[in-house]
Amino acid sequence: MSTITHTGALRRPPPIVTRFLVLAALFAVWEAASRAGYVSAFILPPPSAIFQSFEMLFVHEGLVAAFLRTFAEAFAAAGIGSLIGVAVGYTLHRVKIAGRAFTGWVAASASAPLVLLYPLFLVIFGRNSATIVAMGVVGCMPPIILKTKEGLDNVRPVLLNIGRSFGLTPWKQFWMIQFPAALPTIFNGVRIGLLFAIINVVGVEYLIVFGGLGQLISDLGDRFEIPGMYAGILFVILVSVCFFFITEKIETWLLSSK
Amino acid sequence: MAVVEQVALRSGVRPAAAPAAFWTVTRLRVAAIVVIFALWEIAGSSGFFYSGVLPSSLLIFKAFVGLLLSASFWFHAGVTGFEVAAAFVIGISTGALTGLILGANRYTGAVFEPFLHYLAPTPKIVFLPILLILFGVGVGSKISLGAISCFFPMALSVAAGVRQVNPVYLRVGRTFNLTRLQTVRMIYLPALIPPIASGLRIGLGISIVGCLMSEIKLSRAGLGFSAMEYYRIFDIPSMLAVLVFIFVCAAAGNVVIDRYVRLPGPQTARA
Repeated sequence: MSTITHTGALRRPPPIVTRFLVLAALFAVWEAASRAGYVSAFILPPPSAIFQSFEMLFVHEGLVAAFLRTFAEAFAAAGIGSLIGVAVGYTLHRVKIAGRAFTGWVAASASAPLVLLYPLFLVIFGRNSATIVAMGVVGCMPPIILKTKEGLDNVRPVLLNIGRSFGLTPWKQFWMIQFPAALPTIFNGVRIGLLFAIINVVGVEYLIVFGGLGQLISDLGDRFEIPGMYAGILFVILVSVCFFFITEKIETWLLSSK
Repeated sequence: MAVVEQVALRSGVRPAAAPAAFWTVTRLRVAAIVVIFALWEIAGSSGFFYSGVLPSSLLIFKAFVGLLLSASFWFHAGVTGFEVAAAFVIGISTGALTGLILGANRYTGAVFEPFLHYLAPTPKIVFLPILLILFGVGVGSKISLGAISCFFPMALSVAAGVRQVNPVYLRVGRTFNLTRLQTVRMIYLPALIPPIASGLRIGLGISIVGCLMSEIKLSRAGLGFSAMEYYRIFDIPSMLAVLVFIFVCAAAGNVVIDRYVRLPGPQTARA
Protein backbone atom coordinates (compact mmCIF):
# COMPACT_ATOMS: atom_id res chain seq x y z
CA MET A 1 0.00 0.00 0.00
CA SER A 2 2.62 2.46 1.07
CA THR A 3 4.88 1.59 -1.85
CA ILE A 4 2.09 2.29 -4.31
CA THR A 5 1.45 5.75 -2.90
CA HIS A 6 5.19 6.28 -2.71
CA THR A 7 5.80 5.55 -6.38
CA GLY A 8 2.62 7.49 -7.19
CA ALA A 9 4.07 10.49 -5.44
CA LEU A 10 7.38 10.02 -7.22
CA ARG A 11 5.80 10.15 -10.64
CA ARG A 12 4.33 13.55 -9.86
CA PRO A 13 6.56 16.59 -9.65
CA PRO A 14 6.06 18.84 -6.63
CA PRO A 15 2.97 21.07 -6.98
CA ILE A 16 5.01 24.23 -7.41
CA VAL A 17 6.83 22.77 -10.44
CA THR A 18 3.58 21.65 -12.05
CA ARG A 19 2.10 25.07 -11.33
CA PHE A 20 4.83 26.84 -13.26
CA LEU A 21 4.81 24.27 -16.06
CA VAL A 22 1.06 24.82 -16.49
CA LEU A 23 1.58 28.58 -16.51
CA ALA A 24 4.40 28.31 -19.07
CA ALA A 25 2.30 25.99 -21.26
CA LEU A 26 -0.59 28.45 -21.10
CA PHE A 27 1.60 31.31 -22.28
CA ALA A 28 3.15 29.13 -25.02
CA VAL A 29 -0.27 28.11 -26.38
CA TRP A 30 -1.44 31.73 -26.20
CA GLU A 31 1.66 32.95 -28.06
CA ALA A 32 1.33 30.27 -30.72
CA ALA A 33 -2.42 30.76 -31.19
CA SER A 34 -2.03 34.51 -31.48
CA ARG A 35 0.89 34.32 -33.92
CA ALA A 36 -0.70 31.65 -36.08
CA GLY A 37 -3.83 33.77 -36.30
CA TYR A 38 -6.19 31.31 -34.57
CA VAL A 39 -7.25 34.21 -32.37
CA SER A 40 -7.18 37.80 -33.50
CA ALA A 41 -3.92 39.43 -32.43
CA PHE A 42 -5.95 42.61 -32.01
CA ILE A 43 -8.21 41.09 -29.35
CA LEU A 44 -5.59 38.85 -27.78
CA PRO A 45 -2.06 40.06 -28.60
CA PRO A 46 0.74 37.51 -28.11
CA PRO A 47 2.44 37.62 -24.67
CA SER A 48 5.72 38.68 -26.30
CA ALA A 49 4.06 41.86 -27.61
CA ILE A 50 2.54 42.51 -24.19
CA PHE A 51 5.89 42.12 -22.43
CA GLN A 52 7.53 44.41 -24.98
CA SER A 53 5.03 47.16 -24.30
CA PHE A 54 6.06 47.22 -20.64
CA GLU A 55 8.98 49.36 -21.76
CA MET A 56 6.57 51.81 -23.39
CA LEU A 57 4.53 51.96 -20.17
CA PHE A 58 7.60 52.68 -18.06
CA VAL A 59 9.14 55.26 -20.41
CA HIS A 60 6.19 57.09 -21.95
CA GLU A 61 3.12 56.43 -19.84
CA GLY A 62 4.48 57.11 -16.36
CA LEU A 63 3.74 53.65 -14.97
CA VAL A 64 5.87 54.19 -11.86
CA ALA A 65 4.22 57.51 -11.01
CA ALA A 66 0.76 55.99 -11.53
CA PHE A 67 1.70 53.05 -9.31
CA LEU A 68 3.01 55.32 -6.53
CA ARG A 69 -0.08 57.49 -6.74
CA THR A 70 -2.50 54.58 -6.50
CA PHE A 71 -0.65 53.07 -3.55
CA ALA A 72 -0.32 56.42 -1.78
CA GLU A 73 -4.09 56.85 -2.09
CA ALA A 74 -4.74 53.32 -0.89
CA PHE A 75 -2.40 53.67 2.09
CA ALA A 76 -3.89 57.06 3.00
CA ALA A 77 -7.34 55.50 2.88
CA ALA A 78 -6.26 52.53 4.98
CA GLY A 79 -4.56 54.83 7.49
CA ILE A 80 -7.67 56.96 7.97
CA GLY A 81 -9.83 53.83 7.92
CA SER A 82 -7.67 52.18 10.60
CA LEU A 83 -7.90 55.16 12.95
CA ILE A 84 -11.68 55.36 12.66
CA GLY A 85 -12.16 51.60 12.40
CA VAL A 86 -10.13 50.70 15.50
CA ALA A 87 -11.94 53.41 17.50
CA VAL A 88 -15.34 52.16 16.36
CA GLY A 89 -14.33 48.53 16.96
CA TYR A 90 -13.15 49.40 20.46
CA THR A 91 -16.46 51.17 21.18
CA LEU A 92 -18.45 48.18 19.95
CA HIS A 93 -16.34 45.96 22.22
CA ARG A 94 -16.50 48.22 25.25
CA VAL A 95 -20.17 49.27 25.12
CA LYS A 96 -21.77 45.84 24.93
CA ILE A 97 -25.22 47.11 24.04
CA ALA A 98 -23.81 49.06 21.08
CA GLY A 99 -21.92 45.95 20.02
CA ARG A 100 -25.15 43.94 20.03
CA ALA A 101 -27.03 46.67 18.17
CA PHE A 102 -24.53 47.54 15.44
CA THR A 103 -22.07 44.69 14.82
CA GLY A 104 -24.64 43.07 12.53
CA TRP A 105 -24.99 46.29 10.59
CA VAL A 106 -21.24 46.54 10.07
CA ALA A 107 -21.10 42.91 8.94
CA ALA A 108 -23.95 43.55 6.49
CA SER A 109 -22.18 46.61 5.10
CA ALA A 110 -19.10 44.44 4.47
CA SER A 111 -21.04 42.52 1.81
CA ALA A 112 -22.99 45.54 0.55
CA PRO A 113 -21.92 47.17 -2.74
CA LEU A 114 -20.58 50.25 -0.94
CA VAL A 115 -18.34 51.31 -3.83
CA LEU A 116 -21.49 52.31 -5.70
CA LEU A 117 -21.78 55.27 -3.34
CA TYR A 118 -18.98 56.95 -5.26
CA PRO A 119 -21.28 59.31 -7.24
CA LEU A 120 -22.36 60.76 -3.89
CA PHE A 121 -18.73 61.46 -2.96
CA LEU A 122 -18.15 62.75 -6.47
CA VAL A 123 -20.78 65.46 -5.97
CA ILE A 124 -19.45 66.30 -2.49
CA PHE A 125 -15.70 66.35 -3.13
CA GLY A 126 -15.54 66.78 -6.90
CA ARG A 127 -13.50 64.74 -9.36
CA ASN A 128 -10.21 64.54 -7.44
CA SER A 129 -8.11 62.47 -5.07
CA ALA A 130 -10.40 63.20 -2.11
CA THR A 131 -13.21 61.19 -3.70
CA ILE A 132 -10.86 58.31 -4.41
CA VAL A 133 -9.43 58.24 -0.88
CA ALA A 134 -12.93 58.55 0.60
CA MET A 135 -14.06 55.49 -1.35
CA GLY A 136 -10.98 53.63 -0.13
CA VAL A 137 -11.88 54.54 3.46
CA VAL A 138 -15.46 53.35 2.99
CA GLY A 139 -14.19 50.07 1.57
CA CYS A 140 -11.60 49.30 4.24
CA MET A 141 -13.60 50.14 7.37
CA PRO A 142 -15.90 47.12 7.80
CA PRO A 143 -13.15 44.45 8.12
CA ILE A 144 -11.08 46.69 10.42
CA ILE A 145 -14.04 47.37 12.74
CA LEU A 146 -15.09 43.72 12.85
CA LYS A 147 -11.59 42.35 13.41
CA THR A 148 -10.80 44.92 16.11
CA LYS A 149 -13.94 43.96 18.01
CA GLU A 150 -13.25 40.25 17.50
CA GLY A 151 -9.68 40.62 18.74
CA LEU A 152 -10.63 42.57 21.84
CA ASP A 153 -13.56 40.27 22.62
CA ASN A 154 -11.31 37.23 22.54
CA VAL A 155 -8.51 38.42 24.82
CA ARG A 156 -8.03 35.60 27.34
CA PRO A 157 -9.61 36.42 30.72
CA VAL A 158 -6.44 35.17 32.44
CA LEU A 159 -4.48 38.06 30.91
CA LEU A 160 -7.08 40.57 32.04
CA ASN A 161 -6.98 39.13 35.57
CA ILE A 162 -3.20 39.48 35.71
CA GLY A 163 -3.55 43.14 34.77
CA ARG A 164 -6.18 43.56 37.44
CA SER A 165 -4.02 41.90 40.09
CA PHE A 166 -1.32 44.46 39.30
CA GLY A 167 -3.91 47.18 39.81
CA LEU A 168 -3.64 48.61 36.29
CA THR A 169 -5.81 51.58 35.42
CA PRO A 170 -8.29 50.94 32.57
CA TRP A 171 -6.06 52.99 30.25
CA LYS A 172 -2.95 50.92 31.10
CA GLN A 173 -5.03 47.75 30.98
CA PHE A 174 -5.88 48.65 27.39
CA TRP A 175 -2.40 49.64 26.22
CA MET A 176 -0.40 46.98 28.08
CA ILE A 177 -2.73 43.99 27.81
CA GLN A 178 -5.82 44.22 25.61
CA PHE A 179 -4.29 45.99 22.61
CA PRO A 180 -1.14 43.83 22.34
CA ALA A 181 -3.18 40.65 22.80
CA ALA A 182 -5.63 41.70 20.09
CA LEU A 183 -2.94 43.04 17.74
CA PRO A 184 -2.58 39.99 15.45
CA THR A 185 -6.34 39.96 14.82
CA ILE A 186 -6.41 43.73 14.30
CA PHE A 187 -3.47 43.44 11.87
CA ASN A 188 -5.43 40.83 9.94
CA GLY A 189 -8.34 43.30 9.70
CA VAL A 190 -6.09 46.16 8.58
CA ARG A 191 -4.50 43.94 5.95
CA ILE A 192 -7.88 42.90 4.52
CA GLY A 193 -8.94 46.55 4.74
CA LEU A 194 -5.91 47.64 2.76
CA LEU A 195 -6.70 45.11 0.02
CA PHE A 196 -10.30 46.38 -0.14
CA ALA A 197 -8.96 49.94 -0.27
CA ILE A 198 -6.72 49.05 -3.25
CA ILE A 199 -9.67 47.44 -5.04
CA ASN A 200 -11.88 50.49 -4.48
CA VAL A 201 -9.14 53.00 -5.34
CA VAL A 202 -8.27 51.30 -8.64
CA GLY A 203 -11.97 50.87 -9.42
CA VAL A 204 -12.89 54.52 -8.83
CA GLU A 205 -9.76 55.72 -10.66
CA TYR A 206 -10.84 53.62 -13.62
CA LEU A 207 -14.43 54.87 -13.50
CA ILE A 208 -13.75 58.59 -13.16
CA VAL A 209 -10.54 58.42 -15.24
CA PHE A 210 -8.52 60.28 -12.67
CA GLY A 211 -5.26 59.50 -10.89
CA GLY A 212 -3.09 56.41 -11.00
CA LEU A 213 -3.23 52.91 -12.45
CA GLY A 214 -6.99 52.87 -13.05
CA GLN A 215 -6.76 55.95 -15.22
CA LEU A 216 -3.77 54.54 -17.08
CA ILE A 217 -5.65 51.38 -18.06
CA SER A 218 -8.73 53.35 -19.04
CA ASP A 219 -6.65 55.66 -21.26
CA LEU A 220 -4.81 52.82 -22.96
CA GLY A 221 -8.11 51.06 -23.64
CA ASP A 222 -9.69 54.21 -25.06
CA ARG A 223 -6.72 54.67 -27.42
CA PHE A 224 -6.95 51.02 -28.49
CA GLU A 225 -3.34 50.58 -27.38
CA ILE A 226 -4.23 46.94 -26.80
CA PRO A 227 -0.86 45.31 -25.94
CA GLY A 228 -0.13 48.26 -23.61
CA MET A 229 -3.55 47.84 -22.02
CA TYR A 230 -2.90 44.14 -21.39
CA ALA A 231 0.49 45.03 -19.91
CA GLY A 232 -1.16 47.57 -17.62
CA ILE A 233 -3.75 45.04 -16.47
CA LEU A 234 -1.04 42.43 -15.92
CA PHE A 235 0.92 44.97 -13.91
CA VAL A 236 -2.04 45.76 -11.62
CA ILE A 237 -2.67 42.05 -11.07
CA LEU A 238 1.03 41.31 -10.39
CA VAL A 239 1.34 44.23 -7.99
CA SER A 240 -1.75 43.24 -6.01
CA VAL A 241 -0.62 39.61 -5.89
CA CYS A 242 2.86 40.62 -4.63
CA PHE A 243 1.28 42.92 -2.11
CA PHE A 244 -1.07 40.23 -0.85
CA PHE A 245 1.80 37.74 -0.67
CA ILE A 246 4.11 40.05 1.31
CA THR A 247 1.48 41.14 3.83
CA GLU A 248 0.46 37.51 4.26
CA LYS A 249 4.07 36.62 5.11
CA ILE A 250 4.28 39.50 7.59
CA GLU A 251 1.11 38.31 9.23
CA THR A 252 2.35 34.72 9.60
CA TRP A 253 5.58 36.09 11.04
CA LEU A 254 3.66 38.25 13.52
CA LEU A 255 1.60 35.28 14.60
CA SER A 256 4.57 32.98 15.00
CA SER A 257 6.63 35.47 17.02
CA LYS A 258 3.73 36.23 19.32
CA MET B 1 -18.17 29.18 28.06
CA ALA B 2 -19.82 29.08 31.48
CA VAL B 3 -16.42 28.94 33.15
CA VAL B 4 -15.23 31.94 31.21
CA GLU B 5 -18.36 33.84 32.21
CA GLN B 6 -17.81 32.97 35.87
CA VAL B 7 -14.18 34.05 35.79
CA ALA B 8 -15.18 37.24 34.05
CA LEU B 9 -17.90 37.84 36.62
CA ARG B 10 -15.63 37.23 39.58
CA SER B 11 -12.93 39.51 38.23
CA GLY B 12 -15.51 42.13 37.42
CA VAL B 13 -14.63 42.28 33.72
CA ARG B 14 -18.27 43.05 32.96
CA PRO B 15 -18.68 46.67 31.92
CA ALA B 16 -19.43 48.81 34.96
CA ALA B 17 -23.02 47.78 35.72
CA ALA B 18 -24.76 49.39 32.79
CA PRO B 19 -26.39 52.61 33.95
CA ALA B 20 -27.98 52.47 30.54
CA ALA B 21 -30.80 50.05 31.29
CA PHE B 22 -32.81 52.50 29.22
CA TRP B 23 -30.86 51.62 26.08
CA THR B 24 -32.13 48.41 24.54
CA VAL B 25 -30.86 47.14 21.18
CA THR B 26 -34.01 48.29 19.40
CA ARG B 27 -34.01 51.75 20.97
CA LEU B 28 -30.36 52.21 20.14
CA ARG B 29 -30.94 51.24 16.51
CA VAL B 30 -33.92 53.56 16.15
CA ALA B 31 -31.89 56.36 17.74
CA ALA B 32 -29.01 55.72 15.31
CA ILE B 33 -31.34 55.91 12.32
CA VAL B 34 -32.87 59.14 13.61
CA VAL B 35 -29.40 60.64 14.19
CA ILE B 36 -28.23 59.65 10.69
CA PHE B 37 -31.29 61.27 9.10
CA ALA B 38 -30.89 64.38 11.24
CA LEU B 39 -27.19 64.69 10.36
CA TRP B 40 -28.02 64.31 6.67
CA GLU B 41 -30.67 67.05 6.83
CA ILE B 42 -28.44 69.37 8.87
CA ALA B 43 -25.46 68.84 6.56
CA GLY B 44 -27.67 69.40 3.51
CA SER B 45 -29.15 72.68 4.71
CA SER B 46 -26.01 73.94 6.47
CA GLY B 47 -24.69 75.65 3.37
CA PHE B 48 -21.38 73.89 3.97
CA PHE B 49 -21.78 71.88 0.76
CA TYR B 50 -22.86 73.13 -2.66
CA SER B 51 -26.61 73.51 -2.71
CA GLY B 52 -28.43 70.46 -4.00
CA VAL B 53 -25.53 68.11 -3.33
CA LEU B 54 -27.14 66.59 -0.24
CA PRO B 55 -30.85 66.91 -0.97
CA SER B 56 -33.40 66.53 1.80
CA SER B 57 -34.54 62.96 2.41
CA LEU B 58 -38.07 64.07 1.52
CA LEU B 59 -36.89 65.01 -1.98
CA ILE B 60 -35.11 61.65 -2.30
CA PHE B 61 -38.27 59.88 -1.17
CA LYS B 62 -40.34 61.80 -3.73
CA ALA B 63 -37.81 60.93 -6.45
CA PHE B 64 -37.93 57.30 -5.30
CA VAL B 65 -41.72 57.16 -5.66
CA GLY B 66 -41.41 58.89 -9.03
CA LEU B 67 -38.95 56.23 -10.18
CA LEU B 68 -41.15 53.37 -9.04
CA LEU B 69 -43.99 54.80 -11.12
CA SER B 70 -41.95 55.27 -14.31
CA ALA B 71 -41.76 52.56 -16.94
CA SER B 72 -38.22 53.39 -18.06
CA PHE B 73 -36.93 52.79 -14.51
CA TRP B 74 -38.33 49.28 -14.53
CA PHE B 75 -36.76 48.66 -17.93
CA HIS B 76 -33.33 49.64 -16.54
CA ALA B 77 -33.95 47.65 -13.36
CA GLY B 78 -34.88 44.65 -15.49
CA VAL B 79 -31.66 44.89 -17.52
CA THR B 80 -29.52 45.11 -14.38
CA GLY B 81 -31.53 42.36 -12.69
CA PHE B 82 -30.95 40.07 -15.64
CA GLU B 83 -27.22 40.86 -15.72
CA VAL B 84 -26.74 40.26 -12.00
CA ALA B 85 -28.79 37.05 -12.06
CA ALA B 86 -26.89 35.67 -15.04
CA ALA B 87 -23.51 36.69 -13.60
CA PHE B 88 -24.39 35.20 -10.22
CA VAL B 89 -25.59 31.88 -11.64
CA ILE B 90 -22.58 31.49 -13.96
CA GLY B 91 -19.97 32.61 -11.43
CA ILE B 92 -21.41 30.67 -8.50
CA SER B 93 -21.91 27.38 -10.37
CA THR B 94 -18.48 27.37 -12.02
CA GLY B 95 -16.97 28.50 -8.70
CA ALA B 96 -18.66 25.71 -6.74
CA LEU B 97 -17.61 23.11 -9.31
CA THR B 98 -14.00 24.35 -9.29
CA GLY B 99 -14.02 24.35 -5.51
CA LEU B 100 -15.27 20.75 -5.39
CA ILE B 101 -12.55 19.59 -7.78
CA LEU B 102 -9.77 21.46 -5.97
CA GLY B 103 -10.98 20.38 -2.56
CA ALA B 104 -11.53 16.71 -3.39
CA ASN B 105 -8.20 16.18 -5.17
CA ARG B 106 -5.26 17.00 -2.97
CA TYR B 107 -2.68 17.30 -5.76
CA THR B 108 -4.85 19.35 -8.13
CA GLY B 109 -5.69 21.59 -5.21
CA ALA B 110 -2.03 22.07 -4.32
CA VAL B 111 -1.18 22.96 -7.93
CA PHE B 112 -4.02 25.34 -8.80
CA GLU B 113 -5.40 26.75 -5.60
CA PRO B 114 -2.60 29.31 -5.10
CA PHE B 115 -3.68 30.89 -8.40
CA LEU B 116 -7.17 31.45 -7.03
CA HIS B 117 -5.93 32.41 -3.59
CA TYR B 118 -3.73 35.17 -4.94
CA LEU B 119 -6.01 36.32 -7.76
CA ALA B 120 -9.05 36.59 -5.49
CA PRO B 121 -8.16 39.92 -3.82
CA THR B 122 -7.09 41.71 -7.02
CA PRO B 123 -9.28 44.47 -8.49
CA LYS B 124 -11.42 42.68 -11.11
CA ILE B 125 -12.59 45.93 -12.69
CA VAL B 126 -9.27 46.14 -14.59
CA PHE B 127 -10.45 43.22 -16.75
CA LEU B 128 -13.32 45.33 -18.08
CA PRO B 129 -11.41 46.78 -21.08
CA ILE B 130 -10.64 43.23 -22.25
CA LEU B 131 -14.25 42.13 -21.69
CA LEU B 132 -15.50 45.17 -23.61
CA ILE B 133 -13.36 44.13 -26.60
CA LEU B 134 -14.49 40.52 -26.31
CA PHE B 135 -18.21 40.95 -25.61
CA GLY B 136 -19.04 44.50 -26.65
CA VAL B 137 -20.84 47.31 -24.86
CA GLY B 138 -24.02 45.27 -24.22
CA VAL B 139 -24.94 42.95 -21.39
CA GLY B 140 -22.16 40.45 -22.23
CA SER B 141 -19.32 42.51 -20.77
CA LYS B 142 -21.37 43.21 -17.60
CA ILE B 143 -22.34 39.58 -17.03
CA SER B 144 -18.79 38.36 -17.57
CA LEU B 145 -17.28 40.86 -15.12
CA GLY B 146 -19.91 39.99 -12.49
CA ALA B 147 -19.31 36.27 -13.03
CA ILE B 148 -15.53 36.63 -12.74
CA SER B 149 -16.00 38.61 -9.51
CA CYS B 150 -18.13 36.05 -7.68
CA PHE B 151 -16.30 32.99 -9.04
CA PHE B 152 -13.29 33.40 -6.72
CA PRO B 153 -14.87 33.59 -3.25
CA MET B 154 -17.20 30.70 -4.07
CA ALA B 155 -14.39 28.45 -5.39
CA LEU B 156 -12.11 29.15 -2.41
CA SER B 157 -14.89 28.79 0.12
CA VAL B 158 -16.10 25.45 -1.25
CA ALA B 159 -12.55 24.07 -1.65
CA ALA B 160 -11.81 24.89 2.00
CA GLY B 161 -15.16 23.40 3.01
CA VAL B 162 -14.50 20.09 1.25
CA ARG B 163 -11.12 19.82 2.93
CA GLN B 164 -12.60 20.48 6.35
CA VAL B 165 -15.07 17.59 6.23
CA ASN B 166 -14.29 15.55 9.33
CA PRO B 167 -12.55 12.34 8.16
CA VAL B 168 -14.14 10.48 11.07
CA TYR B 169 -17.56 11.07 9.50
CA LEU B 170 -16.29 9.64 6.23
CA ARG B 171 -14.97 6.56 8.03
CA VAL B 172 -18.28 6.16 9.89
CA GLY B 173 -20.01 6.42 6.53
CA ARG B 174 -17.79 3.68 5.13
CA THR B 175 -18.57 1.52 8.16
CA PHE B 176 -22.26 1.89 7.36
CA ASN B 177 -21.58 1.01 3.70
CA LEU B 178 -22.98 4.27 2.38
CA THR B 179 -23.16 4.52 -1.39
CA ARG B 180 -21.32 7.40 -3.04
CA LEU B 181 -24.57 9.32 -3.45
CA GLN B 182 -25.47 8.79 0.20
CA THR B 183 -22.01 9.99 1.25
CA VAL B 184 -22.47 13.19 -0.72
CA ARG B 185 -26.00 13.75 0.54
CA MET B 186 -25.48 12.81 4.19
CA ILE B 187 -21.90 13.88 4.89
CA TYR B 188 -20.51 16.30 2.27
CA LEU B 189 -23.60 18.40 1.62
CA PRO B 190 -24.44 19.25 5.25
CA ALA B 191 -20.78 20.08 5.87
CA LEU B 192 -20.69 22.30 2.78
CA ILE B 193 -23.76 24.40 3.51
CA PRO B 194 -21.93 27.00 5.67
CA PRO B 195 -19.12 27.59 3.11
CA ILE B 196 -21.67 27.68 0.27
CA ALA B 197 -23.75 30.22 2.19
CA SER B 198 -20.75 32.43 2.83
CA GLY B 199 -19.64 32.12 -0.81
CA LEU B 200 -23.14 33.12 -1.94
CA ARG B 201 -23.27 36.09 0.41
CA ILE B 202 -19.89 37.52 -0.60
CA GLY B 203 -20.52 36.58 -4.23
CA LEU B 204 -23.86 38.41 -4.43
CA GLY B 205 -22.38 41.70 -3.20
CA ILE B 206 -19.42 41.65 -5.55
CA SER B 207 -21.33 40.44 -8.59
CA ILE B 208 -23.67 43.42 -8.10
CA VAL B 209 -20.60 45.66 -7.85
CA GLY B 210 -19.07 44.08 -10.97
CA CYS B 211 -22.20 44.49 -13.10
CA LEU B 212 -22.98 48.02 -11.91
CA MET B 213 -19.45 49.33 -12.17
CA SER B 214 -19.20 48.15 -15.76
CA GLU B 215 -22.61 49.74 -16.48
CA ILE B 216 -21.36 53.00 -15.00
CA LYS B 217 -18.22 52.87 -17.13
CA LEU B 218 -19.80 52.16 -20.48
CA SER B 219 -23.34 51.09 -21.26
CA ARG B 220 -26.63 52.06 -22.82
CA ALA B 221 -29.03 50.57 -20.26
CA GLY B 222 -29.27 49.45 -16.67
CA LEU B 223 -29.44 51.08 -13.24
CA GLY B 224 -25.78 52.12 -13.32
CA PHE B 225 -26.42 53.82 -16.65
CA SER B 226 -29.53 55.61 -15.38
CA ALA B 227 -27.78 56.74 -12.14
CA MET B 228 -25.03 58.28 -14.29
CA GLU B 229 -27.61 59.96 -16.54
CA TYR B 230 -29.17 61.61 -13.47
CA TYR B 231 -25.68 62.60 -12.33
CA ARG B 232 -25.00 64.24 -15.69
CA ILE B 233 -28.15 66.40 -15.55
CA PHE B 234 -27.49 67.02 -11.82
CA ASP B 235 -30.77 65.42 -10.71
CA ILE B 236 -29.14 64.31 -7.44
CA PRO B 237 -32.36 63.18 -5.67
CA SER B 238 -33.12 60.74 -8.50
CA MET B 239 -29.50 59.54 -8.62
CA LEU B 240 -29.59 58.82 -4.87
CA ALA B 241 -33.00 57.17 -5.22
CA VAL B 242 -31.49 54.75 -7.77
CA LEU B 243 -28.61 53.99 -5.35
CA VAL B 244 -31.10 53.44 -2.50
CA PHE B 245 -33.02 51.01 -4.71
CA ILE B 246 -29.81 49.08 -5.48
CA PHE B 247 -28.90 48.86 -1.77
CA VAL B 248 -32.39 47.70 -0.81
CA CYS B 249 -32.23 44.96 -3.47
CA ALA B 250 -28.76 43.86 -2.32
CA ALA B 251 -29.90 43.73 1.31
CA ALA B 252 -33.01 41.76 0.34
CA GLY B 253 -30.81 39.28 -1.53
CA ASN B 254 -28.65 38.81 1.57
CA VAL B 255 -31.69 38.24 3.76
CA VAL B 256 -32.95 35.57 1.36
CA ILE B 257 -29.57 33.80 1.38
CA ASP B 258 -29.32 33.97 5.19
CA ARG B 259 -32.83 32.64 5.64
CA TYR B 260 -32.93 29.84 3.11
CA VAL B 261 -29.36 28.59 2.73
CA ARG B 262 -28.81 27.00 6.11
CA LEU B 263 -28.72 23.68 7.85
CA PRO B 264 -32.04 22.13 8.75
CA GLY B 265 -32.41 22.12 12.51
CA PRO B 266 -31.11 24.43 15.17
CA GLN B 267 -27.35 24.18 14.50
CA THR B 268 -24.63 26.75 14.54
CA ALA B 269 -24.62 30.01 12.77
CA ARG B 270 -20.90 30.58 12.47
CA ALA B 271 -20.13 34.16 13.32
